[in-house]
Amino acid sequence: MNSVQKRFSSSLNIRTGHIDMSHGSGGRASAQLIEEIFLKHLDNDLLRQGNDNASFSVEKGRMVMSTDSHVISPLFFPGGDIGSLAVHGTVNDLAMSGARPLYLSAGFILEEGFPLADLDRIVASMGAAAREAGIAVITGDTKVVEKGKGDGVFINTAGVGVIEGDLRISGDQARPGDKILISGTIGDHGVAIMASRENLGFETTIESDSAALHTLIAAMTKAVPDIHCLRDPTRGGLATTLNELAQQSGVGMKIYEEAIPVRPAVKAACELLGLDPLYVANEGKLVCICPAESAEQLLSVMRSHGYGKDAAIIGEVTEDALHFVQMETTFGGQRVVDWLAGEQLPRIC
Amino acid sequence: MCLAIPAEVISIEDSGENAVVSLGDVRKTISLALVSDVQPGDFVLVHVGYALERLDPEEAQKTLDAFAELGQISEISQ
Amino acid sequence: MKYIEEFRSKDLAKQIAARIRQTVQPEREYHFMEFCGGHTHAIFRYGVQDLMPDNVHYVHGPGCPVCVLPTSRIDLMIRLVREENVILCTYADLMRVPASERLSLMKVKAEGGDIRMVYSTQDALDIARQNPEREVVFFAIGFETTTPPTAVAIRQAQAEQLKNFTVFCNHVLTPSAISGLLDSTPEPGENPPVLDGFLGPSHVSSVIGSRPYEFVPAQYGKPVVIAGFEPLDVMQSTLMLIRQINEGRCEVENEYTRLVTRDGNRKAQQLVANVLEPRDKFEWRGLGWIDNSALKIRSAYQEYDAEKRFACLQDADNLIAKDNKACECPSVLRGSKKPQDCKLFGNGCSPENPMGSCMVSSEGACAAHWSYGRFRTAYASSSDQPSTVTTEFTSADKATA
Repeated sequence: MNSVQKRFSSSLNIRTGHIDMSHGSGGRASAQLIEEIFLKHLDNDLLRQGNDNASFSVEKGRMVMSTDSHVISPLFFPGGDIGSLAVHGTVNDLAMSGARPLYLSAGFILEEGFPLADLDRIVASMGAAAREAGIAVITGDTKVVEKGKGDGVFINTAGVGVIEGDLRISGDQARPGDKILISGTIGDHGVAIMASRENLGFETTIESDSAALHTLIAAMTKAVPDIHCLRDPTRGGLATTLNELAQQSGVGMKIYEEAIPVRPAVKAACELLGLDPLYVANEGKLVCICPAESAEQLLSVMRSHGYGKDAAIIGEVTEDALHFVQMETTFGGQRVVDWLAGEQLPRIC
Repeated sequence: MCLAIPAEVISIEDSGENAVVSLGDVRKTISLALVSDVQPGDFVLVHVGYALERLDPEEAQKTLDAFAELGQISEISQ
Repeated sequence: MKYIEEFRSKDLAKQIAARIRQTVQPEREYHFMEFCGGHTHAIFRYGVQDLMPDNVHYVHGPGCPVCVLPTSRIDLMIRLVREENVILCTYADLMRVPASERLSLMKVKAEGGDIRMVYSTQDALDIARQNPEREVVFFAIGFETTTPPTAVAIRQAQAEQLKNFTVFCNHVLTPSAISGLLDSTPEPGENPPVLDGFLGPSHVSSVIGSRPYEFVPAQYGKPVVIAGFEPLDVMQSTLMLIRQINEGRCEVENEYTRLVTRDGNRKAQQLVANVLEPRDKFEWRGLGWIDNSALKIRSAYQEYDAEKRFACLQDADNLIAKDNKACECPSVLRGSKKPQDCKLFGNGCSPENPMGSCMVSSEGACAAHWSYGRFRTAYASSSDQPSTVTTEFTSADKATA
């Protein structure tokens, strides 16, 4: 901290200060913001070099790259915040290929007037999430927009990873007869977000499931290298992800409602709001499609990992030229599980 | 139409104007403007943030019994 | 979830289904209209049709407030938002309903209109309190279930002298819809629906009781069973209707006794009667103009009546909406046509891009068929039957979460 005090006449007022236009000017104020918030929480050798880029040696294997922009209201929610979400989202997008995530970039668009205390909290949470995931944020950028032209903070993260070995995990690999697995309870993130929005007026102890899933995936691919598909059912929920995979692979799917894990509180919130948990977002779950003979082994690997303890086999891939996802309901009837139409809005009728 | 769901009254608030109800692990404050004499432990039908009617637990049991044909119930509206 | 999950039991469903199969007379066809969208939703959501014998048919009724609201009423609200710069508060259900000129409240919001989705009339009052310099209009829709909360809000606004709050009242009456439906004359070339009885409204009846339906068997010779919205309620009520028909009875029965009495919720009825009164006539999508089928705000509360406050709403009853001519929503709402009979179904009209109101609400017959039941007709018209490759799905595979 001594060196910091030498460079800037006084340290940032993190407790009560706000972002102003000078923090995006590229001048001394920007440098101070980087030093006293971003470097403080995200520190690593590559970031500390202070270049507009970060160079690193390319590892052996196939490289994977992904990017994800994060806009969320509210910024802080039970089980996470936009900072941890920005790390988990991109780590998961990389990991769904079977890759080991290596590095992230982070781009911040801040709105003039945004409290420095909130920014500090968000970046601290990003740092903690990155450390937990064993991945470094090695380059970043900050822009400030005038008040009214943003929504507090938007964060874009991009990431690179490497696929070691001969994994061929892709959304077009599902084959009739394959089993479909989910890594845990669905709808937790979406319900936690809705509960923390004031206007819906309900309270629950449900927390977002936001988590980085690459260690779970590493355990899974180690046990069963010929996993066919992996995808995280984020926006649009499980239903939309299954439809995407069915379309991409040119197959149908049959799932069993009774087998899909849903927390009672998520069920209850969905009853109150007229929503279907199948369409509610997740941020720490994955759908896995694998050959039937590997399903049980994979299930036990998943269940022995912290992020897969509620994993379940929920159905199987079928031959269906129309690519329908069908579900046997808890009631014993059959229905289609369609793509999400529009957005999930609370209903009164 | 009319998405409405039975939930249990946990407490009466604001001198009887509102109640906190519980469904699963979810709690919600609703208005009691449309019902009378609601007590904690009662189940009420919740619609757009209001209690619409009190649920009759004996009738609920009779209906479940009728599903299983456990004894006869009067199915005719009185 | 007590009083919910027991009414969705698979084992009891099997028992009722077996009883229905034993009870139906094979030479008869049974056509029952489930009046409410809530029933339609339950039938599709749980796959109730799969558990019914082939000669028991459900005809989807008009009991979905979003579906029967005439386009002109939404056009009026769009006009109000654009011309008067009001804050319009609406239940989210209405956001995507198609208005004239390919508009919807969602699209008008995107172009800058101040439209707020609310979950309760209390939220609309809060918005009015927080924005004293703006006019706040609540777009009130719904059957008798949703009406009492509107009446409460109007009374509260008066008690607080909340000067910037008004209500655009579109509340409609279920018994009038049933008579309107039974009196309606089919379009040329359209067959009248075959109806042997009604699954009667559940939550509407919690408010109004079962008594208001007694004219249906008496005047029209059709039995009614008040049916809850859980799938077992729908099945049991179907069984009760089948029994009435087999035994030659025709009366109002009540399956939903846990929440419906003959007289209903008197306190709620009195509140509504105090604030609202019948309109001479109201337009229903599909059913046309029906006398005394809707409510308006009494003159004692006219300060809170948007139709009185805003000049642009005063010709409300004369506005002609520009509905898509090919849209069969009216016939679907009358029970004369099935969603898949419509040329637009899946052919330009889908939940992503609804052209008619029945494709919007998940209770609408078209949306319910599209989202949950479409595979039946799709397979029927192609040879692409799905083949489930694996055999039995063992209970060991199933999570117990």
